[in-house]
Amino acid sequence: MVYIVALLSVIFLGLAVLVISRMAAVVKSTRGPVEEGRIGMSNRVNAALFMVFFVVGLVGAVWSFWYASDFFLPEASSPHGRRTDFLFWLSMAIITVAFLVTNALLFFFAWRYQHREGYKAAYYPENHKLELIWTVIPAVVMAILVFTGWRAWRDIMSEAPADAQVFEIVGKQFNWIVRYPGVDDNKLGAYNYKLIDNSNDTGIDYTDQASFDDFTSTTELHIPVNKPVLLKIRARDVLHSVFIPHLRVKMDAVPGMPTRFWFVADKTTDEMRNITGNQDFGYEIACTEVCGRGHFSMRIRLVVEDEASWQAWCKEQKPLLSSTPELAARIPANLKAKAAKYLPADAPAAPADSTTASTQQGGGVSIARTTIR
Amino acid sequence: MATVAANTATVAHVAEHEHHEPQSFWRKYVFSEDHKTIAKQYLISGIIWSVIGISLSVMFRLQLGFPDMKLEFLRPILGNWINESGKLDPDFYLALVTMHGTIMVFFVLTAGLSGTFSNFLIPLQVGARDMASGFLNMLSYWFFFLASAVMLVSLFIETGPAAGGWVVYPPLSALPQAHPGSQLGMTLWLVSMALFIVSQLLGGINYITTVINLRTRGMSFSKLPLTIWAFFLTAVLGLISFPVLLSAALLLIFDRSFGTSFYLSEIYIGQTGEALPNVGGSPILFQHLFWFLGHPEVYIVLLPALGMTSEIIATNARKPIFGYRAMIASMMGIAFLAFIVWAHHMFVTGMNPFLGSIFMFLTLIIAVPSAVKAFNYITTLWRGNIRFTPAMLFSIGLVSFFISGGLTGLILGNSALDIQLHDTYFVVAHFHLVMGAASAFGLLAGVYHWFPKMFGRMMDEKLGYIHFWLTFIGIYLVFFPMHYIGIAGFPRRYYAFTSYDFTKNIFTDMNSFISLAAIFTFTAQWVFIWNFVYSLFKGKKAPQNPWKSNTLEWTTPINPGHGNWPGEIPAVYRWPYDYSKPGAKDDFIPQNVPYSQTPESNLPHENELIGLEKEIEAQNLNDQFKQPH
Ligand code: HEM
Ligand SMILES: [Cu+2]
Ligand SMILES: [Cu+2]
Repeated sequence: MVYIVALLSVIFLGLAVLVISRMAAVVKSTRGPVEEGRIGMSNRVNAALFMVFFVVGLVGAVWSFWYASDFFLPEASSPHGRRTDFLFWLSMAIITVAFLVTNALLFFFAWRYQHREGYKAAYYPENHKLELIWTVIPAVVMAILVFTGWRAWRDIMSEAPADAQVFEIVGKQFNWIVRYPGVDDNKLGAYNYKLIDNSNDTGIDYTDQASFDDFTSTTELHIPVNKPVLLKIRARDVLHSVFIPHLRVKMDAVPGMPTRFWFVADKTTDEMRNITGNQDFGYEIACTEVCGRGHFSMRIRLVVEDEASWQAWCKEQKPLLSSTPELAARIPANLKAKAAKYLPADAPAAPADSTTASTQQGGGVSIARTTIR
Repeated sequence: MATVAANTATVAHVAEHEHHEPQSFWRKYVFSEDHKTIAKQYLISGIIWSVIGISLSVMFRLQLGFPDMKLEFLRPILGNWINESGKLDPDFYLALVTMHGTIMVFFVLTAGLSGTFSNFLIPLQVGARDMASGFLNMLSYWFFFLASAVMLVSLFIETGPAAGGWVVYPPLSALPQAHPGSQLGMTLWLVSMALFIVSQLLGGINYITTVINLRTRGMSFSKLPLTIWAFFLTAVLGLISFPVLLSAALLLIFDRSFGTSFYLSEIYIGQTGEALPNVGGSPILFQHLFWFLGHPEVYIVLLPALGMTSEIIATNARKPIFGYRAMIASMMGIAFLAFIVWAHHMFVTGMNPFLGSIFMFLTLIIAVPSAVKAFNYITTLWRGNIRFTPAMLFSIGLVSFFISGGLTGLILGNSALDIQLHDTYFVVAHFHLVMGAASAFGLLAGVYHWFPKMFGRMMDEKLGYIHFWLTFIGIYLVFFPMHYIGIAGFPRRYYAFTSYDFTKNIFTDMNSFISLAAIFTFTAQWVFIWNFVYSLFKGKKAPQNPWKSNTLEWTTPINPGHGNWPGEIPAVYRWPYDYSKPGAKDDFIPQNVPYSQTPESNLPHENELIGLEKEIEAQNLNDQFKQPH
């Protein structure tokens, strides 16, 4: 490291001296008109530098790629992600070839056809055949890429299978809230943004009985492995974007316009720990649409587990209604009886302990508190 | 041929022009209607803005590259945006990125590039006394100046400038509760942009009219230099797309100030919590409107650079540009397609996936004319006799950037791949290479090439070489590694990468490296600025046609006065790319040399054109000086 710094300092110093001496020379030189038509040494130097640049640049590019590839995301944990990964590297291979060939020609021609005294350039204004060829070749390559990409896109964006497990994820400044459909009916209840307040941070509508068993979390999303998962995405305030890097999932969260994305996660968190050799590995959900001050830290964890433990985990969670019994006041009279089993016996009088979010099992229920950073 | 050039240059100032009063200082240098002066005003403003814009990026690169660094030394400039612990405020980080983007895209690469060279070169290269309307042209600059003033003021207000990204997506930009930058700063941003758009429209109308109406005798569209074609198509793009941005901005102003709901729906916001009454609007609508301008805008920025470098490369390779017609056709193709690809910026906004498919197809079609252009540049170098002037170096650099950045467009344009890459550093790398670096190189190439025409003096070549190599290397060092960071999934517009396991402690050295390279590249620009300022006053006197170029601007006197040509405007007989024509005694034949004077080099079909020369000369010339005014 010290050597690199020393080397760089020397280079910088050298450059600085070069620049300054040249400036001095400019200032000193006479201000007469320039002599015309003098093409000398610098032309050759510049031409040669193009070749040097190309060779050194190539070495740099290869080395840096090799160095950086250690930190690329590991293989996707979703079938659609592996498909797009494959297409990505395929396209990458094609454009790398194009990149090398075109840049090589550019720099090589620059060097090869540098000015030579007495030589006259070729008068070569056009060649329709050549132009046709290089219109058609990119067009064909592009058509192939587009077609494969389009089929992948179509499949990824298709309607979710009917048996998909549904979750809701809601973006707000500056965290995600996930809502589970609940173990009793496995159905998300209705919502309305006007019902949002501190005790009901996703605006669950308790006139819909499907809402009674719904529970929410601001720290973790647990999903079953190898099962289609449908994320219903919405935003409370401004745009956000759900980004699950390891699953190759991204979709904006838009206020007033629910969006969705379905996928299958096929490696559990534990499996990924073994694959990556990192015992602390955890899936994460990030935000990729700028949403304000806390945009860079809207993290929520994602836990992928086998179906049985997922079921068990869900059963342990308390419906929001149970942990926040004052919400019972919003239940219409005709549904009160149905809601009773979610409420403590003396509800809705006593507010229950509302800070059940346990960091130990990392999840459970938590109440919306506007986090101020 | 040389005689003709000399003739036009030395004819005594003809009498018809002498009734003009000598102009006051104000009319001559400040509120000037002369296109050359206006061009210089744009250029100087552009350079000032680029220094500001790049400085902002250096500030946020310090944050990204050295997150633990104490930035106390910036307190004198940034005041309380440096918090007690000596760190950049996260709100201000966003303001910096936003202002950097806005300034570079609109003020530097749109106004500074197209404003400078469209103004300067259109009349000179088509053979006109001035723009169609000098007055509108002056207005155009001063609207831009006003826009600049407003934007500059917004940098210094207490709540900070706009901070929702240069794309200013609502609701973030619409709701003052959402971010301090969405308060007064955003209002000023909108006002400034509205003024800016007016300026662009006034300029654009003028460019189009001038190209259509004021071409000199014989200057048919098929003899126009590619520069003019590029400026012309750029102006058309701007004229069609900027009004859409204006309406987007107006609707945003309504939403912000008059309680409408164009972009707002079902919002609950604020620390205390408040459900807004707005329903039925759509934030996606804004994105459609914005990108309807936004995508053409990237070509508005790039096309002039491509046009100028076509000219520069042909001149310095001493070869006709390869595929002149193909170049025009591909520019037209790009200009047309640029209007129907905008939604590739919106693949994952929740837009109907079917629309996504359509836009994916259209987007990849636009890559074909872009590829054709790149191949044509390369073939122009083939078997040339290349002279590496600084302008030529920058032009070759542009081609390299255009290729490197354009290729990644093929990946991003593929909606399936864009799912993962959207809003990551991969996108940042893509557009900085293909738009930022390429257009900036076009701008620099243009300055080096036309400096002698603008100021009658030469810039120092060797400093130009140094500047080129430092910048060329520096830019690749900054943006090439960003691809890697993007592939690793790093999202853009993040204040810090400390909150996530997948970004924590990864690429910290790479980020520091990028920041160092950015500072290095920025420092290197002072070589240019020094060279520019020094040469302005003390540079060597320029000869009349320093690059031995064919286009008309080099037939004017070294310091062209008002009206550009002292006598008659020269007529044009041939295309601008007769370089190294077999049989000719020189390796260039300017456009104003008739075929009848060059029997030794004429191609068979050109001999037939000799008969038309009388006709061309007799054409009714649109000489503004011959009309009552
Ligand atoms: C080869 C043709 C090109 C294709 C297929 C292409 C494709 C794309 C796509 C799909 C995106 C959106 C990526 C995303 O946000 O996820 C994008 C972004 C962008 N492209 Fe290109 N592009 C091409 C050439 C260009 C050119 C020539 C320019 C500029 C002169 C340009 C400037 C930009 C800019 C500025 C952005 C980012 C805007 C932003 O999000 O802030 N692109 N490009
Ligand atoms: Cu965000
Ligand atoms: Cu675009």
